[in-house]
Amino acid sequence: MEKELRLMKGNEAVAEAAIRSGADAYFGYPITPQSEVIEYLMAQEPHKRTGMVVLQAESEVAAINMIYGAAACGKMAMTSSSSPGISLKQEGISYIAGAELPCLIMNCVRGGPGLGTIQPAQSDYFQSTKGGGHGDYRLVVLAPASVQEMYDFVEIGFDLSFKYRNPVMILADGIIGQMMEKVEIGPQKERRTMEQLIKQCPWATVGKPATRERNIITSLDLVASRQEAFNLKLVKKYEEIKEKEVRFELINCDDAEYIIVAYGSSARLSMKAMDLLRAKGIKTGIVRPITLFPFPSKVLFDLADRVKGFLTVEMSTGQMVEDVRLAVQFKKPVEHYGRVGGVIPSPEEIVNALEQKIIGG
Amino acid sequence: MTEEIIIAGFGGQGVLSMGKILAYSGLMQGQEVSWMPSYGPEMRGGTSNVTVIISDERISSPILTKYDTAIILNQQSLDKFECMVKPGGTLLYDPNGITRHPERKDITIYKVAATQKATELGAVKVFNMMVLGSYLKIKPIVKMENVIKGLKKSIPARNHHLIPMNEQAIEIGMKEVEKV
Repeated sequence: MEKELRLMKGNEAVAEAAIRSGADAYFGYPITPQSEVIEYLMAQEPHKRTGMVVLQAESEVAAINMIYGAAACGKMAMTSSSSPGISLKQEGISYIAGAELPCLIMNCVRGGPGLGTIQPAQSDYFQSTKGGGHGDYRLVVLAPASVQEMYDFVEIGFDLSFKYRNPVMILADGIIGQMMEKVEIGPQKERRTMEQLIKQCPWATVGKPATRERNIITSLDLVASRQEAFNLKLVKKYEEIKEKEVRFELINCDDAEYIIVAYGSSARLSMKAMDLLRAKGIKTGIVRPITLFPFPSKVLFDLADRVKGFLTVEMSTGQMVEDVRLAVQFKKPVEHYGRVGGVIPSPEEIVNALEQKIIGG
Repeated sequence: MTEEIIIAGFGGQGVLSMGKILAYSGLMQGQEVSWMPSYGPEMRGGTSNVTVIISDERISSPILTKYDTAIILNQQSLDKFECMVKPGGTLLYDPNGITRHPERKDITIYKVAATQKATELGAVKVFNMMVLGSYLKIKPIVKMENVIKGLKKSIPARNHHLIPMNEQAIEIGMKEVEKV
């Protein structure tokens, strides 16, 4: 069969991928720069294509709690928003993590804090990778750097969320959401039948048969020792995720003397900077973390033995740089370069930053 | 081959859709493409621009500060982007409403009186296709058959009867463009 290729915005690709991966529900509330997700879903009428439910909730808080309810029933449910809206969802995300439920959340990041700006940023790294809401929990965080990855990470994200019974976040930004690129569209997967759902999710609240005890979905346990045991169970899960699910891309690292560490659209900007640096004879490579949690620490630790230094490029005042420093463990210099508030660094600025902060530093 | 293009003008002139049709044309002939709009609190009459990249290779940054070609449709955009054309690059503009014309000597400058021509023909809605035709005359990076395929993909099926009109506009643009 010939591949189906389309020119799509990142936000549209996420929406189409949700339908194609057999999702049961999308609940959301519009916000720039990701309103195309719900616009596309509404226009596609997926209830006619697959039976998928799409609902514009009355608020972000309502949307994430609808996700909580759907996930408790074992349904494949997704929401999306942009930074201020994701902050509103944090209580619900914490409860979902605490109840060990699967779901997919896309954050198309814009500049903050507060309402900030509607332009692209990567200033939600800490919020995404270190918990976000209250309590000791982690999300699996996938960082797409192209529209194709926006599409592909929906199915991967759902798979990971059900495999580990943990919320998964796709951490995009205004650039990836708004730009159009070529997307290879996959086949339509059928939504799971009730029998398949019960088999995959024996924990789901689907109606109690006489043959088993009640399934209880909650994030509340008032007995401290039991709550502690639960927290340690979560830790074990996160350790397994760290061991098995790290993803990253190495670009021109084999002969590199300098490494740029960048994710998402910053990685794309850095690829251009790498070309400019290599044209000047400065052997530069890129480590592109694809999972931000779990973070690809080991590859950075190992690279530190044979390169001269690292520059992280982020559209923030310096967040991922902390994880890179932890990974490199002071073996080599690690510096940060970023533009913030919706300003996008130019490849030329990245070249200058590497020359001044790492080579000249 | 990599062609890095900025298309800039007023909102409502069809800047974004022209970029989309160009990008889709590249996709239809198997190339890598990216289309990155300036998005913001913009409206009809405000400025609008889009970066389109068509390449045989994986595209790095979708956002640029230097371009092979600038397609300029108003004065503000000319003032902003003339200096961002790479030396040896190309600038195509519509002189309608332009009071300060491009001045650089190290780039090749073309103009097309598309606004005037479209008004004369009573076809202001395909103004952007005239400009696209002029660009494709200067840089035939996508084949005409692929442009038509791109048009079909970009325009909703209910408007496919308008494709011949768009095709004519492209041809007029090809004829009207002149080197400055």
